[in-house]
Amino acid sequence: MDHILSLIIFFPLVAGIFGFLVNKDSIRVYGITVAALEFTLTLALWLGFDNNIDGFQFVEHAVLISHFGMSYHLGVDGISLFLVVLSTFMTLVALIGLSITKNVKNLIITVLYLEMTMVGVFLSLDVILFYLFWEFSLVPMLYIIGAWGSDRRIYAAIKFFLYTFAGSALMLVAILYMGYLYHATTGVWSFSIPDWQLLILPFNLQMWLFGAFFLAFAIKVPMFPFHTWLPYAHGQAPTIGSVMLAAVLLKMGTYGMVRFLLPLFPDATVYFVIPVAIAAIVMVIYAAMVAYAQEDMKQVIAYSSISHMGIIILGTFALNAEGITGSIFLMISHGIVSGALFMLVGVIYDRRHTKMMSEFGGLAISMPTFATIYGIMLMASVGLPLTIGFVGEFLSLMGFYKVSWIMTAFAGTGIILGAIYMLNLYRKSFFGEITNEKNRGLKDLNARELSALIPLVALAVLLGVYPKPILTPIDVSVKKMIVLMEKKAIKPETKEFIVKVNTIKGGE
Amino acid sequence: MLEPISISLGSLNITSLLPMVITAFGALTIICIDLMTKTLSRSFYTMLTVLFILLSLISVIGYTGASRGFFDLVLVDGISLMTQIIILVTSALFVPLALGGKRFQEFAMAEFYALFLFMITGFQFMVASDSLILIFIGLETASLALYTMIAMHNRKKAHEAAIKYFTMGALAAGFFVMSSLIFYALTGSVEIHQIAEVLAAKNFEPLVGILAATVFMIGALGFKLSIVPFHTWTPDIYEGSSAALAGYMSVVPKIAGFVVAMRLFEMLIGSGVLWLEYVLYGAVVLTMTMGNILALVQEDVKRMLAFSSIAHSGFVLSAILIGTTEANAGLFLYWILFMFTNLGAFTMLWATRNRKNLWDGRYQHPYSKFSGLVKIMPTNAVVMGIFMFALAGMPPFSVFWGKLYLLSAAVNSGFIILAIIMVINSAIAVYYYMKLIVYMFLKDPITEDGNVYTSNNSTVLKVIIGFAVFMTTISIVLVEPLLNIITQYVSNSGF
Repeated sequence: MDHILSLIIFFPLVAGIFGFLVNKDSIRVYGITVAALEFTLTLALWLGFDNNIDGFQFVEHAVLISHFGMSYHLGVDGISLFLVVLSTFMTLVALIGLSITKNVKNLIITVLYLEMTMVGVFLSLDVILFYLFWEFSLVPMLYIIGAWGSDRRIYAAIKFFLYTFAGSALMLVAILYMGYLYHATTGVWSFSIPDWQLLILPFNLQMWLFGAFFLAFAIKVPMFPFHTWLPYAHGQAPTIGSVMLAAVLLKMGTYGMVRFLLPLFPDATVYFVIPVAIAAIVMVIYAAMVAYAQEDMKQVIAYSSISHMGIIILGTFALNAEGITGSIFLMISHGIVSGALFMLVGVIYDRRHTKMMSEFGGLAISMPTFATIYGIMLMASVGLPLTIGFVGEFLSLMGFYKVSWIMTAFAGTGIILGAIYMLNLYRKSFFGEITNEKNRGLKDLNARELSALIPLVALAVLLGVYPKPILTPIDVSVKKMIVLMEKKAIKPETKEFIVKVNTIKGGE
Repeated sequence: MLEPISISLGSLNITSLLPMVITAFGALTIICIDLMTKTLSRSFYTMLTVLFILLSLISVIGYTGASRGFFDLVLVDGISLMTQIIILVTSALFVPLALGGKRFQEFAMAEFYALFLFMITGFQFMVASDSLILIFIGLETASLALYTMIAMHNRKKAHEAAIKYFTMGALAAGFFVMSSLIFYALTGSVEIHQIAEVLAAKNFEPLVGILAATVFMIGALGFKLSIVPFHTWTPDIYEGSSAALAGYMSVVPKIAGFVVAMRLFEMLIGSGVLWLEYVLYGAVVLTMTMGNILALVQEDVKRMLAFSSIAHSGFVLSAILIGTTEANAGLFLYWILFMFTNLGAFTMLWATRNRKNLWDGRYQHPYSKFSGLVKIMPTNAVVMGIFMFALAGMPPFSVFWGKLYLLSAAVNSGFIILAIIMVINSAIAVYYYMKLIVYMFLKDPITEDGNVYTSNNSTVLKVIIGFAVFMTTISIVLVEPLLNIITQYVSNSGF
């Protein structure tokens, strides 16, 4: 299993190229088979992953451009492992649930390319390589939204593309500047993350570089006030586009924060904890309120995504093991839950060609299975204990409690608001009598939809009851990172802060 | 009374002239053949031209002699060799474009090929000398040949373009001569290295004289490099000439101009004439930004590419401003990678050329022409898409690596603000390149008939496009070997 990471990245690419030769009628099965193989590969990676090692595993290294210090450097640790598994899993599920028939060949090949870029982002340890996949992931998404979306799809696709592309432009300068600093300090060119993590930077430089990286990640997440592209993209994207966007693409931003901001710029991170937390809390509450005001079912879920991403950021910036582990777990669980919810909206849209809640009502009578699955996923999204959503939210908020209990309390209201708008959505659409005759006699979930949704439901419950297999590897890598941050910090305040948030009062 | 001069043949270093002699000889051969028989087909002339170009290329690659030759007029240093290679390779890729599916008047005439070879000779002299006089002769030879070649396209717009280019070119030539004259008056020499020595000895006095000479030179080279505000000719002339020739013009004359600018301006910037640095800084920023902003509002793909090539010039000009070896190597890396992609993009336009303006009364290649191309001709759309993303600087395609290298050169030399302006500009550029992609991939086709796109296509064009796509997509592995060669050449020449 020496080159399993390369295999995982490039298998979809090669399969996508071969896909051009597959006949249109068979392409769906081809896509699902490829995605299933890819998922099996990542499962093999998980099996081979040693939970006791806190560093990078399965590392591959080859020099690509020596003048530049750019190399082909891959590796996986507890932080990225499950995001990779999530990417391949959601691709598989989304392809199974695919209901589009127009130009389906192009769509499936594009999804395979998208899968490659997503996996590449999480596995790259060379920053230029990371940037390469990061930027390239925009292209398939542009095509998916722009070609298979609803009426204003082109506007939405361009907005999505330009927003995120412009956001990462400054990051490129910051990356190059980091490379320059590394060269100036050590005399060697390197863009490898493990190398960079050892570099200790003066405080004012940390501030600038933090800002440049943070902007790119904040737009991708998307943080308030850069969030305006997301509801639009979700509103216009086809179901598979929304699923991939919510489940994986947004996680690139938060993954970037964990991977880059925290270990590279510990002092700046600590300095910015409170402002970022305030932005995150505004995002949680504001997005929840906006979600309540929506009439379109998909928009509710889109805004709820923003709201949950706020909690992820809050957990990350708690800077302790609970918070960061919780936020990574929440990335996984939010991926599963929001992916499932978008698929469920897609199911009802396929039948009724509308997403307006006012058009629905009493769906539980005509589609009982659909209503049940929707209900379970809704609970998972709200964060009901024993569902997958609870674990991450609880850990993230508990982590941030050590930073500031007042702010945690505010973020907690976001969860209550979440319960309100979600249950409101459920009440309006599913309960009561059938008021619109069109909703009578709608077909319940078919075999294809069930086979896509049942694994998601099973995971949402299983991991909610027993999250340990996922939490353990994450925790090991996160703890190593926190120790590194503490060691690297140049200001005593930073060290103090990190020690403070990582000790449990009165115990141990 | 003049002393009699005796010179041995060996000291002339005739081999340093060999590459130019081969192309000039090729041009004369073609004229002679044309005098004897009129029945030969364009494919004969095309291949003959390619052969002469290859011969010249071999003589450049195999050159091992001293760097000075022919009364010190010829200077064959690393960058001169490299630029000649770039010029010859681009030319060898350009000439076969004559073999499109449709017949065009200019390609049926032997004179076109003769002029083309003369033009190459001109550019070769331009880059292989540091004597302002020889540079001027090279520049004029090349330009006059180019004016004629544009006019030979024989459309109304082509004549307009040729005359516009000619008149403005004549003005620029005047500037060049004025500048040389002032330099001569100041230093008593027209050779750049001697000018540098004398100016340094005089401690750069009188400053007014130097400033005047520099201003004229910026005007002259700015015209060739289409630097704002000397860029106004570019879109009209690209529009008027055939797409193939426009693609060629966006690559070769500019690299020749860059080399002259590099030789002259880096000498002046190195001397600490701060004023020139400010002017160049302004020109770089203005050229990038104006080029990009004007490209945003174009309705025709060819005009868009013209404005975008202005922006690319501005981007690359930053290398001369930064002036480190890394930046200069970045200039060549950028331009080589840009060459494949840009030539590919223009060749795509050339291949889809249709005699009638089917889509728009005013333009040949409006965006709407490519509407829904992915549904009619998926391969063409994907290829064009790759070229557009590559030009936009999207990783992992070619131009991205040039951008990356130039940006890092800027960052490494402390030009952080410039680097930020550069990335903001690439973000703007994405928009107009993406516009074509949006048309091709996201809109519905206007016509279902794929034949209107293929009337000028042929196997030769397909091969060239395929080659360009290949180079564009695999550039990630090209960068390392290219940089090795480029850095060696550039640092050998002392830049």
